[in-house]
Amino acid sequence: MLFTLVNHLTTDTLASLVGLGAELVLCATIVLILLARMFQLTQRIDSTWLAMIGTLLALMVLSPLTPWDVTRSPVEMVSIGELPQVELFTGMLVHDGFGVMVKTLLLVFLLLLFSLIKLTKAHGKADSPDFTTLLLGATIGMFLMISTNHVLIVFLAIEMASVPSYAMVAIRRGDRKGSEAALKYAVYGAGAAGVMLYGISLLCGLLNSAHLPTMAMRLSELTSAGLSGSQTVLLVMAALMILAGLAFKLSAVPFHQWCPDVFEGATAEVGAFLSVASKAAAVALLVRVALGLGDSVDPSLLATVRSFLAMLIGVVAMVTCTFGNLAAFAQTNMKRLLAYSTIAHAGYLMMAVPPMLALVGVDNAAASQCAGYLGLYLAVYLLMNLGAFAVVAFLRDTMGSEEIRDYAGMIHRSPSVAICLSILLVSLIGLPPLAGFVGKFAVFGGIAQGYLATGDTLLAVMLLVGCLNTAVSLFYYLRVVKVMTMDPIDDEAAPMLVGPGILQRSYLWCVTLPVLLLIIGWNWLNVWIQAATSGLFS
Amino acid sequence: MDNLALYIVTSLIFMPVVGAIVLLFLPAENKSLLRWFTLAITLLVLLPLLGIAMPGADWLSFQVGDGGVQHVVQLSWIPSFDIQFFLGIDGISFPLLMLTAVISLLAMGASWTIDQYVKSYCVLYLLLLAGMIGVFLSLDFFLFYVFWEVMLLPMYFLIGVWGGPRRQYAAIKFFLYTLVGSVLMLIALLMLYFNSDLRKLSPQQLTASYVAAWDNGGNLLSAEKYKQQLEVSEHAVHTFNILALQQLGQNSDAFDQRLLYGKSVQWWAFVLLFVGFAIKVPSVPLHTWLPDAHVEAPTPISMILAGLLLKMGGYGIIRICYPICPDAGYDLAWLVCSIGVISMVYGALAALAQSDFKRMVAYSSVSHMGYVVLGLGVWSATAGNLFDPTAWNMGVKGALFQMIGHGISSAGMFFMVGVVYDRVHHRDLNQFGGLYGKMPVYTAMAMLLFFAGLGLPGLCGFIGEVFVVLSAWNFSPTLAAIAAAVVILTAGYILWAIQRVYLGPQYHGPHEEALTEINRREMAVAIPLCVLAIVLGVFPAIVFRYMDKTVDRQVTDLTRWTEEVKLPRLRAAEAEADQEVAANEP
Repeated sequence: MLFTLVNHLTTDTLASLVGLGAELVLCATIVLILLARMFQLTQRIDSTWLAMIGTLLALMVLSPLTPWDVTRSPVEMVSIGELPQVELFTGMLVHDGFGVMVKTLLLVFLLLLFSLIKLTKAHGKADSPDFTTLLLGATIGMFLMISTNHVLIVFLAIEMASVPSYAMVAIRRGDRKGSEAALKYAVYGAGAAGVMLYGISLLCGLLNSAHLPTMAMRLSELTSAGLSGSQTVLLVMAALMILAGLAFKLSAVPFHQWCPDVFEGATAEVGAFLSVASKAAAVALLVRVALGLGDSVDPSLLATVRSFLAMLIGVVAMVTCTFGNLAAFAQTNMKRLLAYSTIAHAGYLMMAVPPMLALVGVDNAAASQCAGYLGLYLAVYLLMNLGAFAVVAFLRDTMGSEEIRDYAGMIHRSPSVAICLSILLVSLIGLPPLAGFVGKFAVFGGIAQGYLATGDTLLAVMLLVGCLNTAVSLFYYLRVVKVMTMDPIDDEAAPMLVGPGILQRSYLWCVTLPVLLLIIGWNWLNVWIQAATSGLFS
Repeated sequence: MDNLALYIVTSLIFMPVVGAIVLLFLPAENKSLLRWFTLAITLLVLLPLLGIAMPGADWLSFQVGDGGVQHVVQLSWIPSFDIQFFLGIDGISFPLLMLTAVISLLAMGASWTIDQYVKSYCVLYLLLLAGMIGVFLSLDFFLFYVFWEVMLLPMYFLIGVWGGPRRQYAAIKFFLYTLVGSVLMLIALLMLYFNSDLRKLSPQQLTASYVAAWDNGGNLLSAEKYKQQLEVSEHAVHTFNILALQQLGQNSDAFDQRLLYGKSVQWWAFVLLFVGFAIKVPSVPLHTWLPDAHVEAPTPISMILAGLLLKMGGYGIIRICYPICPDAGYDLAWLVCSIGVISMVYGALAALAQSDFKRMVAYSSVSHMGYVVLGLGVWSATAGNLFDPTAWNMGVKGALFQMIGHGISSAGMFFMVGVVYDRVHHRDLNQFGGLYGKMPVYTAMAMLLFFAGLGLPGLCGFIGEVFVVLSAWNFSPTLAAIAAAVVILTAGYILWAIQRVYLGPQYHGPHEEALTEINRREMAVAIPLCVLAIVLGVFPAIVFRYMDKTVDRQVTDLTRWTEEVKLPRLRAAEAEADQEVAANEP
């Protein structure tokens, strides 16, 4: 008996390890960097290089085009479209194409971020080992968020991603603003985590399990037997509390207040990480939780649960998007502006989830497609937002200012920077022919598809709100473009003696050109992402 | 040779883009090189189009006897979204393409006065040109939308950097208005796409709308084969092909699904698209961006705005709104026509009230574009009317001709205003007077163009107006009477302006000494416009020649649809209502 159990556990764990390859490589990198530091090697080799190599290795192990299929024995690589959804470690994690896709995006982003850190001055050699380990640690947490299949892992992963983030915000010693931001972030994060934990315990207590598919099964049994009043109250409370925790990670209204302060206090590099990686992981987690709870063997049983969740997420998404866009109007600091822009984009990202919930059970293939649209949005968002933060970082290095006012006349001071930032910001609006449009088009397409298939009015409203928000956001993004290209150089503007160097400018163009040219051929990206998500609902 | 023709068509879009890239590497100090280079590129866009316009070369010439789409360029682009790179020319788009090329060339000629940041100006100008050509060429809705938006950003900068004192306000206003219109269009585009289903089309319809698919080897499949493939498909096969969407709109129930408030998909799509296009046209009450943008833009950009950008709204209505959503078009004919007439009256009254010369011309555009909306909206088959497709046909042709005529006359008027503004640096109608004495040649040409705008018989503005008003008579005599009366208002503001600016005692306003006769470069821009204004007025057949067959065909299709689908449906609804009344009787 015991022997069988141990035997079973061993085989399961060993097989599961392959599915966790990328995380393991990242862990190994962290250990290596810490060891190197112990032996004072990091003074000779910048640990950013080590981290980059580690990330690259992780990407290779993950193998985005042909990931490992752990169900076969021996384990072998299959093309991503054929990857089955499989549980790892006795149901704690799940390994599937969707996870592989988001993880790939994260790793690519991480590579670009490390290159950015090499090119800027904020996180120099002295801090480098600390900083890279924190960054990699947070990334592992995000990976767990992406592949979670168990509410306990949800909580653990969120904490694992958050705690290093608090430290990263405060990493510049003696920077009062950074420390203040980190404190705010930590207090807020702890509060949100507590609320979420309470919600989780309520839900688990009610459903007698913490394993998401089992919970969904119990929930469908409960609903088919008819919910009592107190059970409904409990369920709604639990859903609200868990969503509060997720909303904190997504910086969704009304849990967004930390975002502008933290972005302003942290360096632009950390801002980029929080704005892209953290959002990507959080929205992937949202997909896991919402659909884990909403999807069951017989989809008709959980229809009310799904429509409740869809309404909840949809309303929060619309409010977040609108609030972010409106609040961005008044900003004078570039990082604060980008923070509100991040909030707005979190809203767009969340908008991709309700159509999935609406389509499950009606048209599962279409629901999987909607998950793919979300992935497409993430892929483009990653690039353009990273570029915008990179410009902020380079300009901070050269003129020591992050005020929009000081960007005046940038087109004469440093044309490359002005043109790149203009392209990136216009892409963030979502105007064709820039890449941002591709993402928006896909997400709105998903909403339209969901609406036409189900006739759910919420989705129609969401489509309209999303599109009008695009027009609203034009104003503040274009204001920055206007300041850079049309306003004359102010006498009181921060001086810029030497513009960003050739390496920095090349980096900017490397990020901007894909944004500019993606429209020519984004079929491959869409095909890959659609293949990755095709198995999400089967 | 066929392939060559297709390369030529594609090059119309990419020539300006390549030109813009080359410009980036030219020295910024050598302004005249930059200008001449840009002019050469615009000429390179015009020449192939002239080649297509001329009869003679079978492989290149526009076949006037063919009502369908010609010179079709079709490549698979984003197969996972059924998006194609799909270009083609027909009788509706070809005259507008010619107009685009001509006005861009002339406006570039007018751009010599731009002296600041010439390089950036030229680059943006060429990108704008690429966008405009792309809009008129593309037959894939996604591609159309991309080009539609490509124009916005260059236009924003062209107004915002090189414009007048309130340029930044005008530029952002222009951008915001157009963007709101285009996001509404995006919603309609997505709705139509996800409701479209190629399985509902017959092989003939598939062929007619150039629905193309490729096998794994990259070879084009025949319509029958593709149809077989479609038959076995479990899911709906969506499409962005505008021609296929037209077929679906007229021959299937693809867009009849009920949505909000019991209205169908096509009703909502029509409304969203129409609002988007009406902002561009612009129609009252969505016109308020236009006076600001036109007034603040530099002269050549005003020429482009009035001469070309406004035409895209009309083009969108005739290419997309009506053929794809005929049912909604039928039901909303009154709304569209009323909006057209209101724009005409309001624009004319507003033009009368202006004291700024350029603003007056801008409002005259609102008024004149109202004719286009009215002409397109006239639906001769409305219940209770005499069913007369000829009148309908005339309305569409009149609207199209009005677009061409207005493109010439408004660009000319803006140029003429620009010429005098360059000299005296103000545009106050009340300070002018007696320019005739100092600039006789200029005055003669200006008066000719203003009369063309007025719609004097024998000049290009007349034909379109008269066709539209005549066809509107059949639809609603009241609207036609109002539309005809607007001519009086038009005559009022144009003659009054001519009187205040050109006639009267000699000019003694600001910069009196700068008033010199029109120079040779300005002459080179003005003379073609004057010639075109006269030629199109005297001999309109040179435009009708190209558009006749296509418009006939589209109107015939819609007539057939009205007779076979809409009228029986209306009769059935009527009979049902009668029965209900009968049943409820005691």
